[in-house]
Amino acid sequence: MVRLITHNILACHVKGCTSNNFPLQLQGVQIELREAEFNPEFLKTFLPKIEWKALVDTAKEARDTSLPLEQPEMLDDEFLKNLHHVLLEIHIEEGTMICPNCKHNYPISNGIPNMLLAEHEVG
Amino acid sequence: MSRPELQAPAEFYYGDTEAKKYTQNTRNQQIQASMTYRALELLNLPTSSPAFLLDIGCGSGLSGEILDDEGYIWTGLDIAPSMLEVALEREVDGDLFLQDIGQGLGFRPGSFDGAISISVLQWLLTAPTSHHTSSPPFRLKKFFTSLHSALKNPSRAVLQFYPSDDDQIQLVTGIARQAGFGGGVVVDYPNSNKARKVFLCLFVGGGMSGGPSSDSQQVPQGLQGDGDELEEEGKVKFEKRRVSTRDRNANGKRKSQKVIDRDWILKKKELYRKRGKESVPRDSKFTGRKRKPTF
Repeated sequence: MVRLITHNILACHVKGCTSNNFPLQLQGVQIELREAEFNPEFLKTFLPKIEWKALVDTAKEARDTSLPLEQPEMLDDEFLKNLHHVLLEIHIEEGTMICPNCKHNYPISNGIPNMLLAEHEVG
Repeated sequence: MSRPELQAPAEFYYGDTEAKKYTQNTRNQQIQASMTYRALELLNLPTSSPAFLLDIGCGSGLSGEILDDEGYIWTGLDIAPSMLEVALEREVDGDLFLQDIGQGLGFRPGSFDGAISISVLQWLLTAPTSHHTSSPPFRLKKFFTSLHSALKNPSRAVLQFYPSDDDQIQLVTGIARQAGFGGGVVVDYPNSNKARKVFLCLFVGGGMSGGPSSDSQQVPQGLQGDGDELEEEGKVKFEKRRVSTRDRNANGKRKSQKVIDRDWILKKKELYRKRGKESVPRDSKFTGRKRKPTF
């Protein structure tokens, strides 16, 4: 049940992996769509925290191209609906997240990503 | 029995059976729920917009359900796979992560509007292995520094935990300070053994206390008294005796102490239903009536 909203704030936390560790790339993912309550106020407050390019790229990997490449200045209803769909309704059920820097694999099974590290990766 | 965190690491202690037991125990559900509400109260979030929260040690989603009900969008972390499985079965709305918080959190800076954690930190106070990254201070430091950066400025984190002594509280607050947090410990019902609850109330930046301009970081007051469900030991015995002497009727004889009336019966039946007991008779107008004398 990783939604893209959480994926967008997720970074690699392996020892020494401090730069270029975001966004985690998706590989072999299975997507599930689940409807969620539309909440424009929440989206507006969350918008400044989003890394826009990362979100658009990830959405493409999840085969959704409804978002514009540049974050629009004007927030109309259609845009918010699309954003809501991408952020809160796309769930990643299976697959792997790979750190672009250290290539650490975080497997996702049954909707739960395994973020555990081995002892030598903790630091 | 000794405390659970001393028996085995969380991911082993909360195996399949223990995870089910933990989640189905109604008393446990009540305690978790009341602590979650109290933690949200201490978070002091602005009511204007729904917040994005982090539930550290979300377990089977007992606290997460409340976050759903209150309209928050949240992400949960836990180290016990069995607990997360139960959470999946219960269909909570938040995202779930299998993560060891002692290894640090992998979130971008400033992502969350707040964090809560119910009955978790004590698990960090025991060492799972002898490796140097497993020592409690190391793990606490990892956890607090990564949590501090994952929270936005200003915001708060409220972590309820069960310290075994004052040294543990000092260790935890000391490391949290080093990580950059302000704030301190709030103790609810300090005079009671059972109802006493320790909340670590941490502030990032001003912690939203009295606007961003004020730099005074006032730690909220703990609840006083002994807790609702708690009998006051010692006092109760004395009270009982006085009431019973007053209950003597004109002849100096005692009235029967137990009054089994309609209210009492309804209360008991309600209790049995709540506990899931089968074949509790239904309530009717005849409930609690006396039979006619047969002769």
